[in-house]
Amino acid sequence: MRRCFFPLLLLVLAVSPALAAADTVLLNVSYDPTRELYRDFNTAFIAEWNKKTGETVKINQSHGGSGKQSRSVIDGLEADVVTLALAYDIDALNAHGGLVPADWQKRLPDNSAPYTSTIVFLVRKGNPKGIKDWDDLVKPGIGVITPNPKTSGGARWNYLAAWGFASEKLGGDAAAKDFVAKLYKNVLVLDTGARGSTTTFVERGQGDVLLAWENEALLAIGEAGGIGFEIVAPSESILAEPPVSVVDKVVDKRGTRKVAEAYLHYLYSPEGQEIVARNGYRPRDAAMVAKYAAKFPALPLFTVDERFGGWQKAQATHFADGGTFDQIYVQGR
Amino acid sequence: MRLRRRHALPGFGMTLGLSISYLALIVLIPLAALALKSATIGPVQFWNAISGPRALASYRVTFGCAALAGAINLVMGPLLAWVLVRYRFPGRKWIDALVDLPFALPTAVAGITLTALYASNGWLGRWIEAAGYKIAYTPAGITVALTFVSLPFLVRSVQPVLEQMEPDIEEAAATLGAGRLITLARVILPTLWPAILTGFALAFARALGEYGSVIFIAGNVPMVSEIAPLLIVAKLDAFDYAGATAIAVVLLLASFAALFAINLVQLWTVRRRSAEAG
Repeated sequence: MRRCFFPLLLLVLAVSPALAAADTVLLNVSYDPTRELYRDFNTAFIAEWNKKTGETVKINQSHGGSGKQSRSVIDGLEADVVTLALAYDIDALNAHGGLVPADWQKRLPDNSAPYTSTIVFLVRKGNPKGIKDWDDLVKPGIGVITPNPKTSGGARWNYLAAWGFASEKLGGDAAAKDFVAKLYKNVLVLDTGARGSTTTFVERGQGDVLLAWENEALLAIGEAGGIGFEIVAPSESILAEPPVSVVDKVVDKRGTRKVAEAYLHYLYSPEGQEIVARNGYRPRDAAMVAKYAAKFPALPLFTVDERFGGWQKAQATHFADGGTFDQIYVQGR
Repeated sequence: MRLRRRHALPGFGMTLGLSISYLALIVLIPLAALALKSATIGPVQFWNAISGPRALASYRVTFGCAALAGAINLVMGPLLAWVLVRYRFPGRKWIDALVDLPFALPTAVAGITLTALYASNGWLGRWIEAAGYKIAYTPAGITVALTFVSLPFLVRSVQPVLEQMEPDIEEAAATLGAGRLITLARVILPTLWPAILTGFALAFARALGEYGSVIFIAGNVPMVSEIAPLLIVAKLDAFDYAGATAIAVVLLLASFAALFAINLVQLWTVRRRSAEAG
């Protein structure tokens, strides 16, 4: 039996990690539709950092559904910075393993959200079904495409935008629940992420209307050359604030805090804000807001704090197991 | 121990030791971790996690589509194997290689391709839609994807048995006056049956856990076209690790049960046949 240990020893040797030294490398773990934004932004930041400090920094990107990305970081993906779809997913980094402090959102201006977005409708050219506002989405025969709120951060903004509209207009949560239930009866395909839904609507030709991030909708009409689709802004929508944060446990371990913080601060700079606006996200900087006013129509926007009492509460009420999203699918069947 | 045989590989102790540590590392430890994680919630919560209406609906979709896909391949797989073994025709080698494609192709690629084909603006989908049917974004689409990924299991488990089966036996049956149907039912199928069942069980177990190819074509509407593996992913995204593993345990047990049942049937068939022969 003594000899049985030899193979085990071999295995242990083979598995022991080889440590490799490298230049400064940052990992930005982000959500689904920010690929184009951070591709542009990283190029600009690398040049800026090199000019300022003479150091070369390399930035790796990871994209996916916001919840999944947050879970990967909790499970050990060494993200120096996270740029996710909603505050709840960064709160989770605090709740599971204390990767960030509880007050992470107070460390940067504007709730740590250097850019905002909202939820708009993408419809087929000429708007053949005459979709103008949220109440058009619950009419019979309208095919709606939106991702699954259980797996997509963007989808949660969609869901809350519809709910917020209905509770204000129809008065009360019971009416809002009926409204949202009817809306989701019209949903043909629930993809797992925002980018998947865009593909289903644009490439696969499913549905009459896509509930989309404004930046995703702008990208879709930009890529298709404006052919085939148009954006419809509803009478009111939700103010989406995708937040950013350094991951304290990771940057302190890897010694990358300085460059990681500079990276996030650069998002708030005029150059960063310009890149943000070019990629279809609403800038915070007043000068850039004015410059890009034509691209982002003024639209009454409500916040999650105003109508839902914050993300923790919204998550528990609507998206947790047995929450309203589960209820609307289970009831009446 | 008088007759010591020389083996190509040295030492019983070493080969067994290596095999067992390998098996533990690759299979047993992950399974134990799964069981432990699901045990972190009490039995009541465990039951609630696996018996909610959405979970039940997702089992119906997953098991139903996996069984249907298995059943389709139960017929088509052996037929394909038969053609490949018994006939020589130009392009046979190509078709033979093609059978392994579902193994080799990343499942996400398969899913995206199938969706593009079967969506209402796809090459196949537009004709199917015109005829009044819908495949992509329905359980039928899930079945198509599962049929695709599970085909090689049936073909590859039946093929070697067919290759070993001499055509002489069929000729003998014919000279003894058996018609084609009787030869098929009494001579060929009984020999192939264990291999077919094994292939079916493997295909079914594989289809139960399939995620990558299904997720694009399924539509993922809760209670209608939501598969159990998606429910697991959704629970993980909600940081509900224990609930996710609870559903995973249900799928695992179902796979085990399928494989176990097939083994029992095989055992029984072999016994009965040897009893008949004796």
